[in-house]
Amino acid sequence: MSSEPQKPQASENTPAPATTGPVMRRRYLSEGSEWTFDLLRLYDQEIARVAAHYGLDTYPNQIEVITSEQMIDAYSSVGMPVGYHHWSFGKQFMATQKSYKRGQMGLAYEIVINSNPCIAYLMEENTMTMQALVIAHACYGHNSFFKGNYLFRTWTDAEGILDYLVFARNFVAECEERYGEEAVEEILDSCHALMNYGVDRYKRPAKLSMAKEKARQRSREAYLQSQVNLLWRTLPPKEAAAKARQEERFPPEPQENLLYFIEKNAPRLESWQREIVRIVRKIAQYFYPQRQTQVMNEGWATFWHYTLLNHLYEEGRLTDGFMLEFLQSHTNVVYQPPYYSRAYSGINPYALGFAMFRDLRRICEAPTDEDHRWFPDIAGTDWVKTLDFAMRNFKDESFIAQYLSPHLIRELRLFAVLDDDAKDQLEIAAIHDDAGYRVIRQFLADQYNLGNREPNIQVWNVDLYGDRSLTLRHFMHNRRPLGDSTPEMLRHVARLWGYDVRIESVDETGEVELVGECLV
Amino acid sequence: MSSFVDRRLSGKNRSAVNRQRFLRRYKQQIRRAVAEAVSGRKVADLERGERISIPAKDLSEPVFQHGPGGRRVIVHPGNKEFVTGDRIDRPKGGAGQGGRGGSPEGEGMDEFVFELTKEEFMNYFFEDLALPDLVKKQLTATPEVKKVRAGFVSQGNPANLHVVRSMKQAIGRRLAMAAGPRERLAEVEAALAELEAKGEGASAEADRLREEIAALEARVAAVPFLDTWDLRYAHRIDQPQPTSRAVMFCVMDVSGSMDEERKDIAKRFFMLLYLFLTKSYEKIDLVFIRHHTVAKEVDEDDFFTSRETGGTVVSSALELMREIIRTRYPSAAWNIYVAQASDGDNWEDDSPRCRELLINDILPLVQYYAYVEIQAEHPQSLWHQYEYVKAVNRNFAMQRILGLEDIYPVFRELFRRKASA
Repeated sequence: MSSEPQKPQASENTPAPATTGPVMRRRYLSEGSEWTFDLLRLYDQEIARVAAHYGLDTYPNQIEVITSEQMIDAYSSVGMPVGYHHWSFGKQFMATQKSYKRGQMGLAYEIVINSNPCIAYLMEENTMTMQALVIAHACYGHNSFFKGNYLFRTWTDAEGILDYLVFARNFVAECEERYGEEAVEEILDSCHALMNYGVDRYKRPAKLSMAKEKARQRSREAYLQSQVNLLWRTLPPKEAAAKARQEERFPPEPQENLLYFIEKNAPRLESWQREIVRIVRKIAQYFYPQRQTQVMNEGWATFWHYTLLNHLYEEGRLTDGFMLEFLQSHTNVVYQPPYYSRAYSGINPYALGFAMFRDLRRICEAPTDEDHRWFPDIAGTDWVKTLDFAMRNFKDESFIAQYLSPHLIRELRLFAVLDDDAKDQLEIAAIHDDAGYRVIRQFLADQYNLGNREPNIQVWNVDLYGDRSLTLRHFMHNRRPLGDSTPEMLRHVARLWGYDVRIESVDETGEVELVGECLV
Repeated sequence: MSSFVDRRLSGKNRSAVNRQRFLRRYKQQIRRAVAEAVSGRKVADLERGERISIPAKDLSEPVFQHGPGGRRVIVHPGNKEFVTGDRIDRPKGGAGQGGRGGSPEGEGMDEFVFELTKEEFMNYFFEDLALPDLVKKQLTATPEVKKVRAGFVSQGNPANLHVVRSMKQAIGRRLAMAAGPRERLAEVEAALAELEAKGEGASAEADRLREEIAALEARVAAVPFLDTWDLRYAHRIDQPQPTSRAVMFCVMDVSGSMDEERKDIAKRFFMLLYLFLTKSYEKIDLVFIRHHTVAKEVDEDDFFTSRETGGTVVSSALELMREIIRTRYPSAAWNIYVAQASDGDNWEDDSPRCRELLINDILPLVQYYAYVEIQAEHPQSLWHQYEYVKAVNRNFAMQRILGLEDIYPVFRELFRRKASA
């Protein structure tokens, strides 16, 4: 699919002459490429009508028209409409601006923010076609995904995010005034470095407000408890007691949310520093679902802009010129270069996601025998319902594990390469054949498992009765070691913790090895 | 259910603060990069040398990562040749292999490249620098302004009313406004005269003409002699007036012993000074004097591009400079700076004369005199004489430059901001 442009179905391809066709007359929404606000409204209404026809459930949209400079601004603050100030955003801004000015890179067509109302940006330089594409993609595709997918429902608070970001920006600015920009920047640097380790992966969904209240109460207790923190105990320990204590670790169970642990337990952070740790943690948590659903989210939005606009075209509301321009950028977006191409840089999430949703629809509408064997539950069912279910209840990893079909594996000609440093050569582990389908599906799903992509590092122990040093443990997966950024990372952890920090790697046999140390 | 907002007019520089944060954080690296840009590039590049590159590793934002090694499986698309169980060699630094790769000097991913605006570039370049001893003729940031005439305007205050211009304007207006009635008047009077000539002066027609004449005369008379519309005022505008003017003499040896490389270094030295002065002063005169056995005042292009051969008589240049100062730049009205570049070669007999000229005639007139000796293998006669000059004069500085990369430090050393300033 990747190499050939998406062809509209035959009926769409033959323009029905207005004079002969018994079908509806063509009433184009507009001709020409100029957009106006009236036209944007008209297109939005039409797209909304079709989206409702397919049962897409969305937040209200707030569509903002901006200039390309503003787009660079928005782009470089990682899509946060309001952000605190930090040099890394400036770096991103300068890099984006440079490559945009030199023409090395087009700007993203759209940025959409998971908030209620859902904010989407349109660039003023775009043609009417592109604006319509973005409206369909962002305001109905991404928007419905944000509202429907379980990860977003569980982890993000679309209602409150803008308020929280405003709070965060003001708080950081206030701290800068009080404690100096450098001091705040140091904390932020370290927190940003640990951002990926500032999320709860398996926490239960947020409780009702009563539960929230209780949690607050608990945190007050925890505060009182922190006043008698053993970390501060200076009395010399008794020998026997010390021995017993050596056995028990703190925390009793390893903790994977490093920033949370630091926020709650780092002995030397001041309260404003803890609050900043918390802010970064909250933002990391807010973006966590997006990192886990890239393929699905983009695939879903791409599938819907394609479906919605084709629907409008079939109704005779769009001109042929519109469709040609639309299909051209659509095919650019979903192009998947093969592994031997110079343009290849991994699997294109737009391409994979789009292909999978299209394939799902195919399985529902025109199942083959193979599909009936592989997907007995969904073959031949209502595709709208099936896709809706898939969108709501999966993330990339499970989505691929559940729905990647042999048909698509053949179409994409996927193959798995095993890279084992114990062997001299790479080995082809599986290709698109009967023996390989399940293997490839599992490997590809693993590839999107954030837990495999990032080293698994957890808080293991704090030497409560000794030098207060913090020990992290890296649980190795497939013997993969830590990279060379580790010493620098330990300095960041140590800056937050305030005392010595060590990191140990544990391999699959349970053998522990000290791989890094940062002494304060 | 969708609302549209036009944000195009709301602020566009949201990232300006973040950009400044970035620049501040990497000040050291940027300054180093600026210094390198200055020493390693052509002079002509300097004015637009705003592209800065910093080693990417200096500004990386680290995260915990997997290193190379271990066992992993990657799924790729587009298989066209492999079957299960095939073994292939590892690609060298190939696709999918995250890793270091690339030399430290390398381009591409190893360098973070960005643009400094010209102002930013210049600010880095000139940081901490100022011309010395400015106290005497204080250079202020806001220049004095002087009112100068700039034509005439139709609005102004009464004191600036320009009578002649206003009257001229009135004449034109009166002519124009009365032109129609006058023309008609002439016609009517001619008609009346005709009637009277025919002896019909008492007819009803004649009376009608007389009435019209009266009406037309009244209209002509009603055109005002002077109208507010006519008024013209002398216009005066503020022209910035440098509070202190500076002239900079660039003196360079272009004799045969100055080879291309040395000239290149000298060229850069002057260029830096020139850039600095254009930043600090509203108005700077530049005088370029080149010399071998005879000195000559030349324009900027000639100064940097011409080639001469022959021996060296430094005093010829000093004498010419003294003449120019006397005739064109009285030291009471000008801050005078001299920058001299030479390879130190001079006629033995001439060097003492240079010393005398400097001490007696030139140094009393100038604010500051900077001498650089370029790539002299060992100090030559001129250097020894100048050392004596330096010992007795506070406003004289000298420095030796060995390579291209020494220019910038020398420049800073020569013009370091005095603590007293």
